Amino acid sequence: MRREDDFQVRREHLAKMTEEQLENRFWELAEKLVDPIIDLGYKNTSPSIERSVLLRMGFSSVEAKAIVDNAIDRGLIGKGAGHIVYRLAKAKNLPIREAGLLLVDNTHWDEVKAMFNGGAK
Amino acid sequence: MELKPNEKLDIKELLKDLENYRPKRRGWHWRDGVGESRKIGKFNYYDTSESLKQSQPLPAAKYFDSIDPQPQPVITTEIASGRFEDDIRRMRMAAWHGADHIMVIRTAGQSHFESLIEGTPQGVGGIPISRKQVRAQRKALDLIEEEVGRPINYHSYVSGVAGPEIAVMFAEEGVNGAHQDPQYNVLYRNINMIRSFVDAAEAKKVMTWADIAQIDGAHNANATAREAWKVMPELMVQHGINSMFSVKVGMKKGNICLSTVPPTAPPAPCMRLDLPYAVALRDIFKEYRMRAQMNTKYMESSTREATVTHVLNLLISQLTSADIQSTITPDEGRNVPWHIYNIEAVDTAKQAFNGMDGLMSMLELKREGTELGDKVRELKERAILFMEEMLESGGYFEAVQAGFFVDSGYYPERNGDGIVRKIDGGVGVGTVYERDADYMAPVTAHFGYNNLLQYGDEYVENPSILVGGTTFEDPSKIIYIDELDETDNVNVRLEEVKEFVGTTNIKPEMEWRGDGIIHITMFLPTDIRTAEFAGLEMAKKMNLRDPEVIHKEVMQEAEGTRVEIKGRLDVTIDTTKLVIPPKPEELSEDELRADIASKPMKIVAATVGEDEHSVGIREIIDIKHGGIEKYGIQCHILGTSVSVEKLVDAAIEINADAILTSTIISHDDIHYKNMKKLHEYAIEKGIRDDVIIISGGTQVSNELAVQNGMDAGFGRGTKGSHVATFLVKKRREMENEN
Repeated sequence: MRREDDFQVRREHLAKMTEEQLENRFWELAEKLVDPIIDLGYKNTSPSIERSVLLRMGFSSVEAKAIVDNAIDRGLIGKGAGHIVYRLAKAKNLPIREAGLLLVDNTHWDEVKAMFNGGAK
Repeated sequence: MELKPNEKLDIKELLKDLENYRPKRRGWHWRDGVGESRKIGKFNYYDTSESLKQSQPLPAAKYFDSIDPQPQPVITTEIASGRFEDDIRRMRMAAWHGADHIMVIRTAGQSHFESLIEGTPQGVGGIPISRKQVRAQRKALDLIEEEVGRPINYHSYVSGVAGPEIAVMFAEEGVNGAHQDPQYNVLYRNINMIRSFVDAAEAKKVMTWADIAQIDGAHNANATAREAWKVMPELMVQHGINSMFSVKVGMKKGNICLSTVPPTAPPAPCMRLDLPYAVALRDIFKEYRMRAQMNTKYMESSTREATVTHVLNLLISQLTSADIQSTITPDEGRNVPWHIYNIEAVDTAKQAFNGMDGLMSMLELKREGTELGDKVRELKERAILFMEEMLESGGYFEAVQAGFFVDSGYYPERNGDGIVRKIDGGVGVGTVYERDADYMAPVTAHFGYNNLLQYGDEYVENPSILVGGTTFEDPSKIIYIDELDETDNVNVRLEEVKEFVGTTNIKPEMEWRGDGIIHITMFLPTDIRTAEFAGLEMAKKMNLRDPEVIHKEVMQEAEGTRVEIKGRLDVTIDTTKLVIPPKPEELSEDELRADIASKPMKIVAATVGEDEHSVGIREIIDIKHGGIEKYGIQCHILGTSVSVEKLVDAAIEINADAILTSTIISHDDIHYKNMKKLHEYAIEKGIRDDVIIISGGTQVSNELAVQNGMDAGFGRGTKGSHVATFLVKKRREMENEN
């Protein structure tokens, strides 16, 4: 879009405001712009977020990437990668790390899928 | 491991046992003692912080009791040559000059890499940020901060498509500051905007837990826009979005730093354009922190020009405020920054702030009814209008898609050349997944929906109990990977330069150990194009490898050109084989006084020939300057432009033990000619064997002075004690001969 500077026309509704009012207005608008994005972040996840969860659970970056890729391939990422590892560890009565290492390879994923009802929402 | 000021940092030792190293502390550190006035040397300072335990003062500090006042803002230096092991040495040098925020630039391309990079591969224009490199650098800084006596903040980037993982790694490894701004990914790295913001929420949450200070990415619009000063309204909007987003995630405002750059540079009237912007920003964002960056947009290859622009940027910081003062190396317009220019940039900031100390106790910015006040208001209004139109167009994502950002028009003017990104486009598109109702993440510092209740309400407040604690509670759980690439790692690189590691061999270097790079400046009396090629030819004749012209500047079209060239000098010197003359001897003050007291000494002194300079001789003689008078030597200063004959005659008249002459003017070797004349006239008058004759001046060398008949010559850096020592020892020697 191309447009001449029409600042004088556009600013009419701001002209009477004090600078403090302007600053408050700035922050109100910032909040309005940001709220829906925060909501998006609240409800969604991503491969990087899930890998970061696994790092915190004591996996290496290489292991975390393999587990998350496997979870995405099987439509289970919406459960949370850390959740999957946790559930398998509980079911098999294994330490978290040992359970996760089983998921680095392709084995045990059918078992996991069953635990989560085949990935139903 | 402990550092000693006179010993090099041992990189191999540093890398030992790295797999078990834990950082000393976590979180950002602001300088201590800010806001207190303090006496440093002979002066009272209003705007300093606590002094360092050990540091490298400015060159002129020697005239001021070698003080090294530390300004209030944290001072940043950006380091990343591509080899982290060489960067570590540069960090130590920068810390000694006063940097306490070491920002490590990432290698090109890392932002599109899904996952962490491991090991120590070499980077381009930065280093690949890996756990091993971060840990080694943090370990080095843990040692360096002990050495200088001030905590040092270590900083890199939480961006790209691995932001949350990098944030976790940074939290684990004690990184103190990070760039985090999803808008940067979107606009400049073409990463999908949904992915970028979803990732950012998690990354910011982790940074909040680790008390990592955040710097945003808004200033990049300055560097990208065709006319940098026109994007000022948009910059405020970008700052606003990232700041508000961070606050909503839970980050405290005191850790949110706005990356702001004075947008313009001379010859534009930059203060009048940049100051209103700086004031408006600090009004709106008064609860946040300012990271004042220096201008890069209008940097050419002249380091002098860049430095002047940067000093004007520092003036803006002083007139308004800066919590972090970033520095840009003045050579950024000509090469990947060199060691010496990191130090120059840090010193530029320190020097300017030292000089401007307390300025605002005498000045006030006039805003009421002035151009400044009007502009400040106008900028705020333009930013508000920008956001109003964003909301009308459907919100942030739609506005980006419509090309609102980095348009070269001064909003609301639009030139239709903004950066356009699609909501369903970019790197990582389609990789955001909705969390299911039973989604769960059993970790600390996780943002967003997390169904922990399904396992019991005791986990809601502390999810990590589910897994017996995460790496945040128990760092022993961190899995450390050493190297993944056998051919591209630090061990291979250190082997290649082993000739220079832990040996007495040295070779010039600018970026990397043993790179051999040197820099030469020449004036060539010809036009610019000819000068460039003539300069290169000369560099080749000097046996420089890979010569390259890095700067050229017309002095006058026909009369000549300044040319600066870099090239590699393949010369290695074993420092143990050098013949280094001993340092000038100094008798103790007591010994000198005792000698003169037991046998008085008289001297005559003057600046000889047609030379009106008298500062040098006063420095050497005057008691106020620590000159030879203080040892009791009786001095008769005849003045300036004194003839050789008059000087010798005066020496005869008072029966002087010595004649001291000073010569500053060295044109056509006049200083040595005068020495010879003095020596010969003293012979003619029959006193040469009985009188000591010495000569001093900035261009005087002892060897040449002696060749021209003097008993000694004293050059730059001479102190009264050196001259007094020589006089006393020479007199003893002459007495023994007699």
